[in-house]
Amino acid sequence: MIDLQGYGPRLLEGALVTVELAVLSLILAVILGLLTASAKLSRNRLVHGIGTLYTTLVRGVPDLVLMMLLFYGGQIGINMLTDQLYYAFDIDIFINVDAFVAGVITIGLIFGAYMGETFRGAFQSVEEGQMEAARAYGMSPLLAFRRVRFPLMMRHALPGIGNNWMVLLKTTALVSIIGLTDMVRVAAEATKATHEPFLFMIPVALIYLLIATLSEWGFAKLTKRYNTGFGESSEWNN
Amino acid sequence: MEQLNGWFTELLSGNLIFTANTLSFYWGGLVTTVQLVFLSLLIGVILAVPLAIGRGSKRRWIKLPIYAYTYVFRGTPLLIQLYLVYYGVVFFDGIQDSIFWVVFKQAFFPALIAFTLNTAAYTTEIFHGAIKNTAKGEIEAARAYGMSRKLMMRRIILPSAFRRALPAYGNEVIFMLHASAVASVVTIMDLTGAAYYVYARFYAPFQAFIFVALIYLCLTFSIMFVFRRLEKRLLAHLRPRA
Repeated sequence: MIDLQGYGPRLLEGALVTVELAVLSLILAVILGLLTASAKLSRNRLVHGIGTLYTTLVRGVPDLVLMMLLFYGGQIGINMLTDQLYYAFDIDIFINVDAFVAGVITIGLIFGAYMGETFRGAFQSVEEGQMEAARAYGMSPLLAFRRVRFPLMMRHALPGIGNNWMVLLKTTALVSIIGLTDMVRVAAEATKATHEPFLFMIPVALIYLLIATLSEWGFAKLTKRYNTGFGESSEWNN
Repeated sequence: MEQLNGWFTELLSGNLIFTANTLSFYWGGLVTTVQLVFLSLLIGVILAVPLAIGRGSKRRWIKLPIYAYTYVFRGTPLLIQLYLVYYGVVFFDGIQDSIFWVVFKQAFFPALIAFTLNTAAYTTEIFHGAIKNTAKGEIEAARAYGMSRKLMMRRIILPSAFRRALPAYGNEVIFMLHASAVASVVTIMDLTGAAYYVYARFYAPFQAFIFVALIYLCLTFSIMFVFRRLEKRLLAHLRPRA
């Protein structure tokens, strides 16, 4: 058995942080993505413009730069805001930006833009007739979305969501740079202390591969489910 | 020139952060980033062509190791690969006594190796997908002309596959530009490293990082523009005719 020199439990804790961070950011990204896709398909020019600006800016700038901007700038920005509140309304609050929350928000914001593009394409590929039929049945817009547009859209969105998830998972490694103790950070600290990079980095790489392999399997199952009634799943290839 | 210089000095006067000194930092960062990305992409493509052909081979002992390589490098974060090469390079016996140590002492070359291996893995998969999707008719026609496998690969399959791989490869180039920001972690003064330095020195996150974000945006748009033009030229035969 390999000797992790006492770093084993911390590595596992770090792995848990990575998984939590990835899953929470994915949820935020999906919500933002749905909003962005709706905004980009909106007839309102202002809303459309905001959606386009968001996706273009986020996809044109490296993840790490955005992360540093939001993380280092976030605390200063919030401090300035609370200062203003104090001067203007005499409200005295102090908000401390938690590294984990900042990580989730940043990664969610970044991948919300990518998800937005995925969902936009998927929304467009749902035939209008289906939605008209739903409306003709007297379904409310929310019910029509939940029962008709969403299940039909997911078939087209799943390959894109799967790819985004894989990239998101690897992007979580960047939070180690801005000070969050995920498994990459634990491994980097252990490497610096013991000068044994292979001993710590290779297990971490294997955990990433394991998560990626498991989620590929999960996505294959989901694809099968959402393709029910549409024959062979030709779109999923990876 | 004199006028320009005067205008420039006036523009920067009263600005505490963006002095000529910090701007030269950003310029140095830009040069480093472009060098790093360009070199790793260039070597990556050269490696990826034979790998992509091998990846489609019928022989398992050729196909499987290449698949394992792309699977591992595409399934793990670039940061880990960078750490492994950066901290791991000293473990090669005798490298510190050899002439290569002059090169490997700097962080630039471990980073170049990690980036090259990473982009080669992605590019291999892109090219492999394009080669696999070559139209059957093209291959049949080549065979009917009596071309050998080698000649067919060189004259028919590869030129056609490279063209069809262009849009996906353009994305990979942009992805690599953005991924190169992690180089700043191993003491390289690339664009992100320069921005971090300016942030740390003036405690001005907004100015430092928004400025560098704009530079990255310009680079991204330039790459997109070049690839759009290339696609228009090289994929003209695939466009629907009006």
